[in-house]
Amino acid sequence: MAQRRVTVESKVGLHARPAAMFVEAASKAEGQVTVAKGEGTPVSAKSILAVMGLDVRNGDEIVIDVEGEGPEADALLDRLAEIANAD
Amino acid sequence: MAQTYRGAGVSPGAGYGPVKRLTREVPQPAPDARHAGDAEAEARRAVAAMEQTAQDLTARGERAGGEAAEVLSAQALMARDPALADDVRRRVGEGADAARAVSEAMAVYRDMLASAGEYLAARVADLDDVRDRIVARLMGAPIPGIPDSDSPFVLVAEDLAPADTAVLDPAQVVAFVTREGGPTSHTAILARSLGLPAVVACAGADAIAEGTLLLVDGATGEVVADPDPAAVEAATTAAAARARAAAQSSGPGRTADGHPVPLLANIGGPQDLPAALENGAEGVGLYRTEFLFLDRADAPGHDEQVAAYRAVLEAFPGGKVVVRTLDAGADKPLAFLPAPAAEPNPALGERGLRMMRRFPETMDAQLAALAEAERGTDAELQVMAPMVTDAEDADWFAAAAAKAGVEQAGVMIEVPAAALRARHIAASAAFFSIGTNDLTQYTCAADRETGGLGRFQDPWQPGVLDLVSVAASAAAEAGRPCGVCGEAAADPLLACVLTGLGVTSLSMGASALPLVRAALARVELAQCRAAAAAALAARGPEEARAAAAAALPGLAELGL
Repeated sequence: MAQRRVTVESKVGLHARPAAMFVEAASKAEGQVTVAKGEGTPVSAKSILAVMGLDVRNGDEIVIDVEGEGPEADALLDRLAEIANAD
Repeated sequence: MAQTYRGAGVSPGAGYGPVKRLTREVPQPAPDARHAGDAEAEARRAVAAMEQTAQDLTARGERAGGEAAEVLSAQALMARDPALADDVRRRVGEGADAARAVSEAMAVYRDMLASAGEYLAARVADLDDVRDRIVARLMGAPIPGIPDSDSPFVLVAEDLAPADTAVLDPAQVVAFVTREGGPTSHTAILARSLGLPAVVACAGADAIAEGTLLLVDGATGEVVADPDPAAVEAATTAAAARARAAAQSSGPGRTADGHPVPLLANIGGPQDLPAALENGAEGVGLYRTEFLFLDRADAPGHDEQVAAYRAVLEAFPGGKVVVRTLDAGADKPLAFLPAPAAEPNPALGERGLRMMRRFPETMDAQLAALAEAERGTDAELQVMAPMVTDAEDADWFAAAAAKAGVEQAGVMIEVPAAALRARHIAASAAFFSIGTNDLTQYTCAADRETGGLGRFQDPWQPGVLDLVSVAASAAAEAGRPCGVCGEAAADPLLACVLTGLGVTSLSMGASALPLVRAALARVELAQCRAAAAAALAARGPEEARAAAAAALPGLAELGL
């Protein structure tokens, strides 16, 4: 299991376009991908409804978990972190 | 065999094509709907409908492009959400049929989004739309919304919401026909701004079947099903003659004998400026400022307001820009300016200036931003208050404007009492602008949005024309300009009558400007005055129209 903590820099948080991109990227992974807000309960990062429901705003910390190890998992974490920080 | 329906023509032009109907109602699955027993097959059916809906939304997004594409692709993600699908499978496993399972599963997410604050509240409507589409598909009902089509069609509906018409493709829709709605409803105004022919308050609209060939005359309100080819030919020829005359008109508004009638545009924000300039507006006669204030938790700041006002002033160097102060209340409630109590009849309640007198700091901030916006521009700024009722209202507004540094403060004449006592109001108002939509609503005591009252929502009602006449005469005696900024100004025949009544400028949706300019150029001021006198002498709106047309023979070549 690979994990990353990210402070969300996207101005609109994980809403609107960033949320859709985040879910689209996570959906490409074979295994489970989850995201939690701070110490909250993790939800599936492949579910747009669950991700939007977290109501992640600019400045919130999120924890992303990706099933598996190695360069593929790291690449996915990089991509997800990048989306959470893009504007 | 041809069959004729009649409604109110609210946006001129002729449209001919097959009918497509807008569906809004979605059948509701019964609260205890259960499947026949094969849970696995039922779950597959549910998931397939979700996937088909996602594909349909994606395809629509690709066709729409831009911002709409983003919204639609996010909706597609909702439709094929794996967590949602799991929840639907679970509910089907417990016995619910597919439609009920989808409906109930989505209700859970809906509650979550609705309670999560402002960002997400806007997504609730998107989610509802997705739900309706999936449920309709599962229940074998038509998919709600503007129908899809690869070829032009006439859109027939019970009524259209502004949100429906905003996403219409004018290249695919040739005309609107609705059963509800009045000539001054927001839908009618929108149809004119899109330049689409429209007939509203058409009682027979429900009986017109999908696919019927329909000829729509947006000027006369006549709707003919399966017309004979000669009628189609005649209607399209007349509409083409009008379009040609409109295209050839240019320059400032004036009658054939040179009497100037400045032609101005009604705008709802800087985004309407390109259309106003393209259609040759000489300035802005009504700048509605509500867009700055709607859909937000608090009032816009000073700099934001200054920028929005200046953008418009800078577009008309040397021209006139008339700004209406915030017209909140009634059908446009604002979160930060709550009504004192629930109003059983909001059109007669605390709206417009009445609301601003309860929140003077909002008005002062707007006036101060307007005064600053004018500094450094060449445009002539005029500011007016909506819903002024008596001289006391006019005095109060004039004092507030003077204090903020606004030089020209005028009033809208929309309340019959204000029209009748215009001579007193003129003492403190620098100008009048007659808002004929509300003036008609209040004069005839007929709600603008009620479909069955079309006859009373007609600015040709002689009672309304009487009040216009009184206000314009009082303005002339006091040496004040008196414009009209209601939809009446967009009717080329009525525009000539208003000119004859003494109205000094006409402001309308930009798309109506060329035809009104062409009409004025074909008549003389004396003919306008004769037409006005004939209309005032008429017993009813139809007689007034006919009498005015007879006095203005120059308009015959426009088919008016």
